[in-house]
Amino acid sequence: MRNDTVSKDWRSKLINPVLDKEFRLRMRTPRTMWTLLAYLFAIGLFALSSIYLLNMSSGNAASFNPSESRMLFYFLSFVQLGLISFMAPGLTAGVISGERERQTLNLLLTTQQSSTTIILSKLLSSLSFMILIVISTLPVYSMVFLFGGISPAQLLLIFFFYLFLMIVIGAFGILFSTIVKRTMIAVILTYGVTLFLYAGTALIGYVAIMVSMQVSGSSASNEWIVHIFSWNPAVAMYSILDPNITREIVYSGSGSTASEPFLQLWQEFMLIYLVLAALAIWLSIRYLRPRMKQSGK
Amino acid sequence: MNKAEQTEIKVEQEAGVSPEQDQGAVPMIEIKGLSKSFGSFHALKSLDLTIARGKVFGFVGPNGAGKSTTMSILATLLSPSSGYAKVDGFDVTKHPAEVRKRIGYMPDFFGVYDQFKAVEYLHFYGASYGIPKKEREELIPQLLELVNLSDKRDAYVDTLSRGMKQRLCLARCLVHDPDLLILDEPASGLDPRARIEMREILLELKAMGKTIIISSHILPELAEMVDEIGVIEHGQMIAQGNVSEIQNRLRVKRILYIRLLERLEEAEQFLQEQPHVTRLMRDERGIHVHFSGQDLEQAELISELIAAGYRIISFSEGQTNLEDVFLEITRGGDGFE
Ligand SMILES: Nc1ncnc2c1ncn2[C@@H]1O[C@H](COP(=O)(O)OP(=O)(O)OP(=O)(O)O)[C@@H](O)[C@H]1O
Ligand SMILES: [Mg+2]
Repeated sequence: MRNDTVSKDWRSKLINPVLDKEFRLRMRTPRTMWTLLAYLFAIGLFALSSIYLLNMSSGNAASFNPSESRMLFYFLSFVQLGLISFMAPGLTAGVISGERERQTLNLLLTTQQSSTTIILSKLLSSLSFMILIVISTLPVYSMVFLFGGISPAQLLLIFFFYLFLMIVIGAFGILFSTIVKRTMIAVILTYGVTLFLYAGTALIGYVAIMVSMQVSGSSASNEWIVHIFSWNPAVAMYSILDPNITREIVYSGSGSTASEPFLQLWQEFMLIYLVLAALAIWLSIRYLRPRMKQSGK
Repeated sequence: MNKAEQTEIKVEQEAGVSPEQDQGAVPMIEIKGLSKSFGSFHALKSLDLTIARGKVFGFVGPNGAGKSTTMSILATLLSPSSGYAKVDGFDVTKHPAEVRKRIGYMPDFFGVYDQFKAVEYLHFYGASYGIPKKEREELIPQLLELVNLSDKRDAYVDTLSRGMKQRLCLARCLVHDPDLLILDEPASGLDPRARIEMREILLELKAMGKTIIISSHILPELAEMVDEIGVIEHGQMIAQGNVSEIQNRLRVKRILYIRLLERLEEAEQFLQEQPHVTRLMRDERGIHVHFSGQDLEQAELISELIAAGYRIISFSEGQTNLEDVFLEITRGGDGFE
């Protein structure tokens, strides 16, 4: 009896009504299945066609050398990064505004569920679908993994990085979904931010380096400028794949390659975006319900 | 019924929680100087409204008067620009969670999660109000019974008709046994039969001792079940009281219906000039006359008509209803937009 209530308590803490509802409804839509299949198909196609291409170029169908396998791994990782970045805005930017447009949000907001529960459950449930998707690509990865050239730690780290990036993009998605009335605009804004993370930061970094080279002569580029690149997900992920890259970039100007940099680029990336994602989630929670300014004045 | 007993027990239990000591003295709804602006547009202008426990309050007003706005504020979905609104003694801005516990809100427009079955739909909201599964399993069949949807318990919500959805939404409002029901046009879009059903359900809820605030455009229907009506226009409460009080205040005493054989237009002109006639409406067969006089004056009016040579087919005295009150109050009130 006691045991029973305790386990119920655990269950009710882990699976709150909003989360439960999201899981049920999401799994009921055929769209979920189709998205999953389409994704697996895309990844599988990339993997197989690149294996085929590598085979063509090496000419030897029987053996695969580690550097080729690593190449394939890099390639797959970036494709998956791209797909995640492409999907995350679409999956998360509609979660609140979608309910608003279907006129179910008001009903949800008058229940006892706290804003925090609603936002976090929505974020988690929309991401859990993507986590499922990414995990389902593991077999494709292990195919590459078997050929060698990549460490298990790196593989784990890559998947952790994916998870983190999903949360970051999801946090922005849910923020726009909360503060913007229309899903369409929330989706566009989230894609905009995602695009900025890649192209915007790269462009700013490139321009900054160019300008500082112009100003201070040739080699002595300022150290802070290279940190602009730690804002870029692609660069950050590359620093996991190739750990030397951080040192090369950070000390590219100064020429001294003696010591390890304080933080890897991807670590820097995670620190920065941890703060930003937390901020976005906090703002979403705050603005989900109307700001109850104290009346009277 | 035992549901009513439940409600009473709940009220007693919560007496300790309420910030004000004397339970009986705390009105269910207390609104003072409530204003709401959307940008430079003032949707509510210093609205006052008090509704006692157990009363059914009809909220009447033309489109855009501010009914839904007031109800959204009560439901903690909008924050007031100034003034305050209290539910059961709890300020909606300061203790929204306490307010939410006590209200069942039915918006004028609402959506449903299509992929849920009716029972699942109610289970979800029940769970969202923190009701344990065991209790829900007992409660939900009762609720479905109350709104006559027992046979649709396993139907997907998107297969339900509009009226059924409306009733399902009403059942949803009741899932946490709230003391106050805020119903924004619960009968809109329903056919006459469904409206009668809705009204019967509401009467049952009234019998359970719930306080209900209900807005509607179908005024004659309201008249039979409300204890009080409030008339709102341009964000201001322009009249409030029980139905007959308001009718008196607005001096719509009687409505006479005169059917004439011919010369309808002429007769209308003629009636216009008679004393105590406040308003005229003509249809193909006769004329509705709003009349503020007593029996004597009424008798005189008839003899005047006959003396003037009008041939009367019939002369009847109608019951003034809310519709007339509504038209009277809001006459010429459309020119603000
Ligand atoms: N979110 C909003 N932004 C701007 N104006 C609004 C908003 N909500 C309501 N209004 C305005 O406030 C006024 C009152 O609207 P409300 O919905 O309360 O009217 P109502 O009495 O419910 O009307 P109806 O009988 O048509 O339902 C309207 O003029 C409306 O245009
Ligand atoms: Mg309305």
